[in-house]
Amino acid sequence: MTNTEMAAPMATTSGKGRFAGAQQKLLAFGTLIILLIGFSLASPNFMQTSNVLAILQATSVNGILAVAATLVIITGGIDLSVGTLMTFTAVIAGVVLTYWGMPLPFGIIAAILTGALVGLASGTIIAKMKIPPFIATLGMMLILKGLSLVISGTKPIYFNDTPSFPVISTGSIIGDVIPGVPVPNGVIVLFLVAGLASYILGRTVLGRYCFALGSNEEAARLSGVNVDNWKMAIYALSGGICGIAGLVIASRLNSAQPALGQGYELDSIAAVVIGGTSLSGGRGTILGTVIGALIMSVLLNGLRILSMPQEWQTVVTGSIIIIAVYADMMRKRKA
Amino acid sequence: MFTRRTFLGAVSATAVVAATGSARAADKIYIPLISKGFQHQFWQAVKAGADKAAADLGVQVTFEGPDTEAQVDKQIDMLSAALAKKPAAIGFAALDSQAAIPLLKKAQSEKIPVVAFDSGVDSDIPVTTCSTDNVAAAALAADKMAALIGNEGKVALVVHDQTSRTGIDRRDGFVNQVKSKYPKIEIVDIQYGAGDQLQSTEITKSILTAHPDIKGFFGANEGSAIGVVNGVKESKKSGVVIIGYDSGKQQKQAIRDGIMAGSITQNPVGIGYETVKAAVAAVKGEKVEKHIDTGFYWYDKSNIEDPKIAAVLYD
Repeated sequence: MTNTEMAAPMATTSGKGRFAGAQQKLLAFGTLIILLIGFSLASPNFMQTSNVLAILQATSVNGILAVAATLVIITGGIDLSVGTLMTFTAVIAGVVLTYWGMPLPFGIIAAILTGALVGLASGTIIAKMKIPPFIATLGMMLILKGLSLVISGTKPIYFNDTPSFPVISTGSIIGDVIPGVPVPNGVIVLFLVAGLASYILGRTVLGRYCFALGSNEEAARLSGVNVDNWKMAIYALSGGICGIAGLVIASRLNSAQPALGQGYELDSIAAVVIGGTSLSGGRGTILGTVIGALIMSVLLNGLRILSMPQEWQTVVTGSIIIIAVYADMMRKRKA
Repeated sequence: MFTRRTFLGAVSATAVVAATGSARAADKIYIPLISKGFQHQFWQAVKAGADKAAADLGVQVTFEGPDTEAQVDKQIDMLSAALAKKPAAIGFAALDSQAAIPLLKKAQSEKIPVVAFDSGVDSDIPVTTCSTDNVAAAALAADKMAALIGNEGKVALVVHDQTSRTGIDRRDGFVNQVKSKYPKIEIVDIQYGAGDQLQSTEITKSILTAHPDIKGFFGANEGSAIGVVNGVKESKKSGVVIIGYDSGKQQKQAIRDGIMAGSITQNPVGIGYETVKAAVAAVKGEKVEKHIDTGFYWYDKSNIEDPKIAAVLYD
């Protein structure tokens, strides 16, 4: 980043960020297409409707978490608690719907609200107590992991008393209209969340400050921006989105699995990075993140379809992450 | 820039296709096994059994499982990819039965027989279940413990987790046996260490600190058992009776050295072998029993080299 940009982050970075983002999207999109073509040629079982839908289904949770992570990463922060927050909100939904027997909308509101409140708490710890995001959210990750186990009594909470609950993720509104293309609702939720986040980033003050914080927090502060409040707002928004991920995964499994969640933050960060968002903040797009999440699940599904031994699947996935980020760096160096 | 981009893309695509192309076999019966885990030596032993059956019966098998036993959704994704390959049959060890039901129904509607292994599935879809009776096995561990400590005193359990079927069955199998048969034995603590050696070590040391007069520990899986051994060693305690579960190099060594009194072994190789055998039988339309008990054994210093026992132990 040049000195002129440092001096006036708000004037230039969002424009620059959008341009650079477009290039990175192209790069990521190209990788996705190459993978799709490669796997289709390698196995006739890959490009079937049911498998494509399975890939989309597998992307939904990681995609939503990655969108939540993108917002925080653009501010120059990091959120290690997205996975366990997802689980925590799923457990809360389980308590409201199964233990208290309340109707479905209450469960949905409770999960999203809990996510937003926990996000706000993380944001407050980071902004007001000045604890670095890595440490604050590491602590939060463990707190939530423990609380999920405490509240659920370490047992999965099933949603058998709320028969409409699985519809959130596994039902298909599209399939009802156009039979033969039963895109699971979880995927629609991912696209809605991504659309909303993209709108917030590109068209609202909150989005603008998100980039400003990530480019140069001090400059933003000196220009009179209430940095702390905006930061807390972004963490709260990110937390709310984790709440949506919690609903989608709980609905898919028809249960809140309290021990699940740790490790998911790394998958989401990988999707964000493959999608071209800079871990140092100030640059990134939601579309890139969604493509990044798709690349990860296409890759994993394709390797499984080809019966590649599992240990090698992990090696290939790791290599792809490094290649993607290296390609991004080469592009930036030339730009 | 465009050349570099194209180049990188081409390299990765070629690598992917080249690396996996060779793994595809021709017209053999294909049976994917979706397990509850992968890296643990136990699962590798199940895999070894499955591979042996595949070689004996002339079929192709693949073996996959999630990194941790909490990742229910990742296991579902694996099952879903396995079904997309249109296999002849499928072997499945469910992390959560309920979550897998929609996919198992799909398998059923596509006439793909499902063989449950290790922990079973709460459903009548699987043609059979190949597993260990963990409750009975843990009760045997309790009997051995009682005999070794003279039917009285304090004991503690280090269990891998409180959510999985095996964790619950082994804990309850041990605890209920002690409660009903050995009133003078007091279970002072049950702690959960995620099957992680280090966590289980720390747990053991804290239990030893809290109860210096403790007489015995039961470690409910490989990682827990090794953790107990290490914890007792680090605390420099002697005369504590340790009973483990499963095998593995370290646990076998501890038994040979006399640090561990003995252990319960399942028959992981047998689980893998029987699963593939039952799947092949189901594909051929032969009748299979609804439950195949793959057995368990007590082993200690005296019989660890016995060929019958040695055959089911893994390193």
